[in-house]
Amino acid sequence: MAVELPTWTALGPALVLGLTGLLLLVLDSINPNSTNRGLLAGTATLGSLAAAGLSAWYLFAGTGDDPIRLYQDSLVIDTMSLFFAFVFASVTVLVVVASYDYLRDHSYQAEYYALVSLAATGMTLMAAANSLAVVFVSLELASLPSYALVAILKKNRGSVEAGLKYFLIGALSSSIFAYGISLVYGVTGSMLLPDVASGVGSTELTGVLGIGVMMVLGGFAFKTASVPFHFWAPEAYEGAPAPISAFLSSASKAAGFAVAFRVFTVAFPVEELVTGATAGVDWVLAAQILAVVTMTLGNFAAATQDKVKRMLAYSSIGHAGYVFIGLAALSGGNDEFVLGASMAHLLVYGFMNTGAFLFIGLTEYWSVGRKFEDFNGLSTQAPFACVAMTVFLFSLAGLPPFGGFVSKYFLFAAAVGAGFWWLAAAGAINSALSLYYYSRVVKAMWIEDPSGEFDIESKPVGLYAALAAAAIVTVLLLPGFGPVWQFATDAAAALVA
Amino acid sequence: MWIEALIAVTLASAFAVFLAPNKVAGKLAFALSLLPLVGSLWMYSTYEASGNALLEGSELAFETNFDWVVAGPYALNWHVGLDGISMPLVALTTVLTSLALLASWTPIDERQSQFYGLMLFLEASLLGVFSALDFFLWFVFWEMVLVPMYVLIGVWGGPRRKYAAIKMFVYTNIASLVMFIGFIALVFGLGDSVTTLDMPAVAQALRAGELGSLGPVGAETLKVAAFVAMFAGFAVKVPVVPFHTWLPDAHVEAPTPVSIMLAGVLLKMGTYALLRFNFTMLPEVAQNNAQIIALFAVVSVIYGAMLALAQSDLKRIVAYSSVSSMGYVILGLVAYTLYGMGGATFQMVAHGLISGLMFMSVGVIYNTTHTRMVSDMSGLASKMPITVAVFVAGAFGYMGLPLMAGFAAELFIFLGSFGAFAGSVWFTAAAMFGIVVVAGYLLFAMQRTLFGTFEVETDYEVGPAAFHDVAPLVVLILLVILLGVDPNIFYGMIQDAVNPLVPAAGGGV
Repeated sequence: MAVELPTWTALGPALVLGLTGLLLLVLDSINPNSTNRGLLAGTATLGSLAAAGLSAWYLFAGTGDDPIRLYQDSLVIDTMSLFFAFVFASVTVLVVVASYDYLRDHSYQAEYYALVSLAATGMTLMAAANSLAVVFVSLELASLPSYALVAILKKNRGSVEAGLKYFLIGALSSSIFAYGISLVYGVTGSMLLPDVASGVGSTELTGVLGIGVMMVLGGFAFKTASVPFHFWAPEAYEGAPAPISAFLSSASKAAGFAVAFRVFTVAFPVEELVTGATAGVDWVLAAQILAVVTMTLGNFAAATQDKVKRMLAYSSIGHAGYVFIGLAALSGGNDEFVLGASMAHLLVYGFMNTGAFLFIGLTEYWSVGRKFEDFNGLSTQAPFACVAMTVFLFSLAGLPPFGGFVSKYFLFAAAVGAGFWWLAAAGAINSALSLYYYSRVVKAMWIEDPSGEFDIESKPVGLYAALAAAAIVTVLLLPGFGPVWQFATDAAAALVA
Repeated sequence: MWIEALIAVTLASAFAVFLAPNKVAGKLAFALSLLPLVGSLWMYSTYEASGNALLEGSELAFETNFDWVVAGPYALNWHVGLDGISMPLVALTTVLTSLALLASWTPIDERQSQFYGLMLFLEASLLGVFSALDFFLWFVFWEMVLVPMYVLIGVWGGPRRKYAAIKMFVYTNIASLVMFIGFIALVFGLGDSVTTLDMPAVAQALRAGELGSLGPVGAETLKVAAFVAMFAGFAVKVPVVPFHTWLPDAHVEAPTPVSIMLAGVLLKMGTYALLRFNFTMLPEVAQNNAQIIALFAVVSVIYGAMLALAQSDLKRIVAYSSVSSMGYVILGLVAYTLYGMGGATFQMVAHGLISGLMFMSVGVIYNTTHTRMVSDMSGLASKMPITVAVFVAGAFGYMGLPLMAGFAAELFIFLGSFGAFAGSVWFTAAAMFGIVVVAGYLLFAMQRTLFGTFEVETDYEVGPAAFHDVAPLVVLILLVILLGVDPNIFYGMIQDAVNPLVPAAGGGV
């Protein structure tokens, strides 16, 4: 039974998310003082579930096999944009479900859910952007709600300070990014990524182009919390409400990578700028340096933290370094696999990292405390949540039998296959190091004796459901890695072909 | 699909037990563990296969092989199957798990549902290790064993449990990574001749001499380097002296049921992997360096026995004796004869049963007396005759008394290794001397603890153990005797699988 839909419906996931955000605002304006939290959370959940379902349906139906170009080519719906739409939507589902309990006593609930939905819309558009202008606009659409979300705990100084810091650095990065775009536009005369690509090959202004490309890379480094634009991340992730930390460190980061993958492979092709006869702008080298520095710095900083949430924040910087391998190992003749491996890792990461931050959300809900010692013996009180957290942490560390193991394995194997064995080695050593600080949490939860009295009288349904879902998916992604890998490599092949 | 069903049922049971209330967890876990037990025994009774799983011309039992992750050169397969080497180990795993669960009822008195859930999770991982035939899948199960083990020792262990758990975790995890690098180097060295991590495909390509060079490293160097990396990785698990130091700590701190699993099944992972990887895939490296490997084996036998002799803690004595017994397995493997390799595989099963029995009886003694120090007790035989009788029988099995499983295994190993390679006579003779030391420390310990006038330095009343504590001991001793009287229950199956590896029999290289 073939269903013929108009081409604009390919944008379905983004439309559904955006309409959900607007609907939430409407609901709020009808009854601003509503205490019906279930309605708000339910609307957001249904909207993001529908978006995730749509993107999965499109993926399996092969909608993206022939890229659908919309609005004079400024948006493109292909396997990659659908793949990432699925990642963002599923992270959003987890986040809004968990927020239901987390926001129990907070104000601005409708705004919260609306901002999350709108940020997710921006991310989905980022993955589909085919023009530098759309890249910029969608990136701002994803960023502006995020600033507000980080600072939404208005009475919490940490939250407000984090929001301010995030906003200032974000504004700076946006301006750098915009300036980079303008330089690229000046050199190539086009905003559309394929046209930029044909422009960069024939230009003589390699110096200006080089500065432009590096500035664009800097903009993405900010969004993905990579060195040298990483220092907002620990503060923002720590100060923000835990579900928002989860959202930013998983979905927002993946969005940054999605758009970086597309811009760098489509607009600045390796064979034109790096390896070709007129090569002059070696952004692959820059990506290699970024990858190794980011993963090393993130991991070492994570190893020295004494607060769990901050450790997770730094470890998420480390993970950005692993994902950068996707760009850094291009030009090795194994392009579709390294890029695909990075995308697949982002999908797995979306679940395991979101889950880990949601567990932190649970402990904040219980007021357990922030330090490693505060988690001592937590498994005696909440064994199920601790099992889930153990799954996330071991998966993040890359231990079997969890999804993180298989995605890291493919990532490093693809890097070796591309001839960049030293990138894989750096990744593997960092992974081994990461086991140290991840297992500190596991040790505290399971092996140490409880140091204080926990006051765990309630088991919030929403947080538990989100945790359970994330943990189950993290485990199932190991046996079910086949389709993920298939879609990811298809998406990557379309980009680098 | 029987293997998948076996693993799935065990995992589902683990999950069910984890969610069950503490009160019923122990009984529920034991009842559920009967499912994989019966399943594996049924598989055993219908087992029909021939040859070695990794070599050509073999017919595997219960084999399934289908694509898991396709696309590109990184294909992974779900490939499981059993041959004469793995079938006995699968049966051993299910038998020992059920008995260890029974032996947990008395000592485990807190957070039961978590404990029993983890034990069943451990069982599922072990079943996977012994049946997986794709390297990636195998490695997943191999590492999966570590997680429950870490928690089991760390939460329910003795006073130094945190130290022991972390030491075990760090040692064996680093070893796994070293081994992983060694194996992956081989696969990359094979280049285009294999595109998967399928173990039979890799083994056959390696034996056919298709290994090329990897970068500046030549094929011969690569072979030796990979052999060393894999050997080092597995030697920690076995453990071989000098990689053994994590084991006594882990054993002493682990609760009794975990010790049973550790000595009974986990150590066999190491020798099983050595047989599958080092000795099957790179036989000529093993044969060329037989003396060095045999030296490791003999040092483990003698040094392990000497260490056992010097201990005053009953559990530590049994723990060190495992180092000694696993040394025999390595000696049998490196002989590359039908008896040597068959005996080594037989010893894996035999030692699994006997060491399980010994740890279990030490556990029962500890449960009643609350001490394990040899100097604190004497004359236990008068108070707990059945336990002591089984303990003595188990010790005799350890010493290799005829009509016990240990005797058959060690006899095969010595027959096989005597004259198998240059200098093997001396190595075998030295290893045989190990038996004398084993007999020495076991008899010495028994004489001081079990016999003489009754005296125990403890505040606890000493009396006969509960039925559910003694029953698994009796089952085990019956199995040990059964295998000793009729080794052919397993041995025919084992021989059939190791035969293709033996050069003189037309296999090998």
